[in-house]
Amino acid sequence: MSTVHLGMPEVRPQHASPSSTLRGSRGFNEAARDELADETLRGNLRHATATIQAKRASAVREVRDWQKLRNAGSALKWQVTDHLPELLEQLEESVTAAGGVVHWARDAEEAGEIITRLALERGAEEILKVKSMATQEIALNDVLAHAGIRAIESDLAELIVQLAEDTPSHILVPAIHRNRAEIREIFLSAMPDLDPSITDEPAELAEAARRFLREKFLDMPGKVAISGANFAVAETGTLVVVESEGNGRMCLTLPKTLISVVGIEKIVPTFQDLEVFLQLLPRSSTGERMNPYTTLFTGVHEGDGPEEFHLVLLDNGRSAVLEDPEGRSALHCIRCSACLNVCPVYARTGGHAYGSTYPGPIGAILSPQMTGMTGTDDPNSTLPYASSLCGACYDVCPVKINIPEILVHLRAEDVDRRRETRGEFHGTWDAALKGASTLMSSPRAYDIAVRSAGALGKLLPGTNIGKLPAIMPLMPGWTDHRDLPKPGPSFRTWWDQREKEKAARGPDSTADGAGDSTADTAADGAADTAADGTTREGEEQA
Amino acid sequence: MRISLMTTCLVDVMAPDVARATVTLLERLGHEVVFDERQTCCGQMHTNSGYYTEAAPIVRSFVDTFEPALEEVDAIVMPSGSCAGCVRDQHAVVARHEGDPLLEERAAAVAAKTYELSELLVDLLKVTDVGAYFPHSVTYHPTCHSMRFLKVGPRPLRLLRAVEGIEVKNLPESDTCCGFGGTFSVKNEATSDAMVTDKAANVVASGAEFVVAGDASCLMNIGGKLRRTGAAPRSVHLAQILASTKEDPFVPSDTILGRASS
Repeated sequence: MSTVHLGMPEVRPQHASPSSTLRGSRGFNEAARDELADETLRGNLRHATATIQAKRASAVREVRDWQKLRNAGSALKWQVTDHLPELLEQLEESVTAAGGVVHWARDAEEAGEIITRLALERGAEEILKVKSMATQEIALNDVLAHAGIRAIESDLAELIVQLAEDTPSHILVPAIHRNRAEIREIFLSAMPDLDPSITDEPAELAEAARRFLREKFLDMPGKVAISGANFAVAETGTLVVVESEGNGRMCLTLPKTLISVVGIEKIVPTFQDLEVFLQLLPRSSTGERMNPYTTLFTGVHEGDGPEEFHLVLLDNGRSAVLEDPEGRSALHCIRCSACLNVCPVYARTGGHAYGSTYPGPIGAILSPQMTGMTGTDDPNSTLPYASSLCGACYDVCPVKINIPEILVHLRAEDVDRRRETRGEFHGTWDAALKGASTLMSSPRAYDIAVRSAGALGKLLPGTNIGKLPAIMPLMPGWTDHRDLPKPGPSFRTWWDQREKEKAARGPDSTADGAGDSTADTAADGAADTAADGTTREGEEQA
Repeated sequence: MRISLMTTCLVDVMAPDVARATVTLLERLGHEVVFDERQTCCGQMHTNSGYYTEAAPIVRSFVDTFEPALEEVDAIVMPSGSCAGCVRDQHAVVARHEGDPLLEERAAAVAAKTYELSELLVDLLKVTDVGAYFPHSVTYHPTCHSMRFLKVGPRPLRLLRAVEGIEVKNLPESDTCCGFGGTFSVKNEATSDAMVTDKAANVVASGAEFVVAGDASCLMNIGGKLRRTGAAPRSVHLAQILASTKEDPFVPSDTILGRASS
């Protein structure tokens, strides 16, 4: 038998297609400003994130070996990213062997085409959906609507968002930006049969949604349903959907045809690996020991569940993320959303400010990597900066994704790309940081500058710097909101005077009481008395 | 011990009393403090903003200043958790970006001897009661880099609780970032403002006279917000409290982090 040389793969990883919902229309800062101005939103978010965060913390505290579990989860995910091609092929074999059909979708368009074709071939006019981030990412509902197919969300929060013609703002709680009163209004305008005397009690609202969906579920046998999956087991071809309401299970078991859209990173190698993730996910996500419904399904079984099962494996930029060794662990995310709830930025701006289906800290590292950062006018180029780098996200991440480190890495990538692109490296920040770099790497020039800062401070009125005129570069960003200390005589000025004093008193001066020496020499600082009467330590002494 | 002081650029210029207090404290404990005037900055602002290429000469300057004298000192102290964190975790990243393994190696040697103030006191100098006197109520903000990157843990609180006359009050939501974040405070000023507004409100709610932390940058942010809103609490650095004694008590000036008299 002769061997056939197949050569190197000629297809390079590509970024997510533009039709994906991974990029907003404006930068984070601009969007955040509007969101921050919405007091109702601020209240809703603050209350909701604080509640989930506290629940998560107590659920995690119960587990004595939580850190070991995190390490195990992280190790498994590294194993997956290290062996993704082989694992994907193994998954395809397992699913096929179990009677399923596997489809490969390079991007959102391909996935949309595959799913639309499958639905049209089966004469579907209306399909039910299980809550799924992957289908949000590829804007599947819009794609299906174009083909004349109505997609109905069966998850309560997704339904609220869909009925309001809104977009999700959270991975787990898509309607987190809405309060009960708003949800009542949404239901009243979207459900024509609803009794207007309904209150905003959660039980009544849930009942209204239940009745609305019940009719859809009753119609389901013979129909098509679409889901995502939390995990896909390469070894067995098993898919896992973790949920709270049970609506997902109805969609997964009742229809004739089930289509699951799954990101290629959702793979776990073996069935046993689920023991780690099924402990990590619910506690991190809803703050529960175990979620109410966990559905595991493998291919098709005669007389039990869907007659047809299609698995659409979605790349849409994931291979591009995988290409970057520094950033690829963003693919380890299990979509628990703990990083959103703990993030002080997310808790104030909400998810819409990020512009992507994936908001919050994980979104800030995932979205720009999936789409690429294309230029200074690319909204996703602003996402790596949407963080104070406080690190709270890394602490809670169940698979230990070092989000702050990747944020800085992506900032460097953005800066490097701009530096290499002619005409893009002359912004105010670029100039300021280049100038500062020159100064701070020249000890002599820096020394002179620091010693002159006190003299500069004297030119300014008051004891601290208040609001500065808007025409000044950068500074008003600080002084619009907070006072700034006025530079006075620097530390090194004081140190020099003290050293001089010590030398004048002889070599033993340190030994006979440093405190006295400090006070004495500080008095010399009086030479530097501020013109406006500002007092500093040395001057007061004089 | 012989301890080399890296003031950090921000403290040298904007909060010089924090560095003076560090000197006063360490000398009172019987140690010798040296200050190399060639020091500039650790490069944290550039690094965290993604300007690795521009951070590299600053890191090189830092290493050139401190590495040749490493044998002559027992430790390098920085009164800042985030700057110490940059030296320890990020200088290597910058050196690797520049493809400079020698710089990485030299930076690692400097980092191994670099301590944040509370680490230096508790871990190396083995002291928690530094003989300080501060008859005021304070609330402690742990600062993100000290807490999560350096993991200084309870060290600052142990030092504070040993101070004579002090009352340490609980800070609501103490673990939440104050919104400084370096250039974030200016680039994303609206979000940063929302964060520091909440932090300042929590400081006021604590009922303490002072908010204390180990980072002058965060204190400048919180203190600046407190000043702007006319709230009573002042920000004070851990070093300023630990340097304060009955003979030479700390009295704040009207300048943020400044000292009025001794």
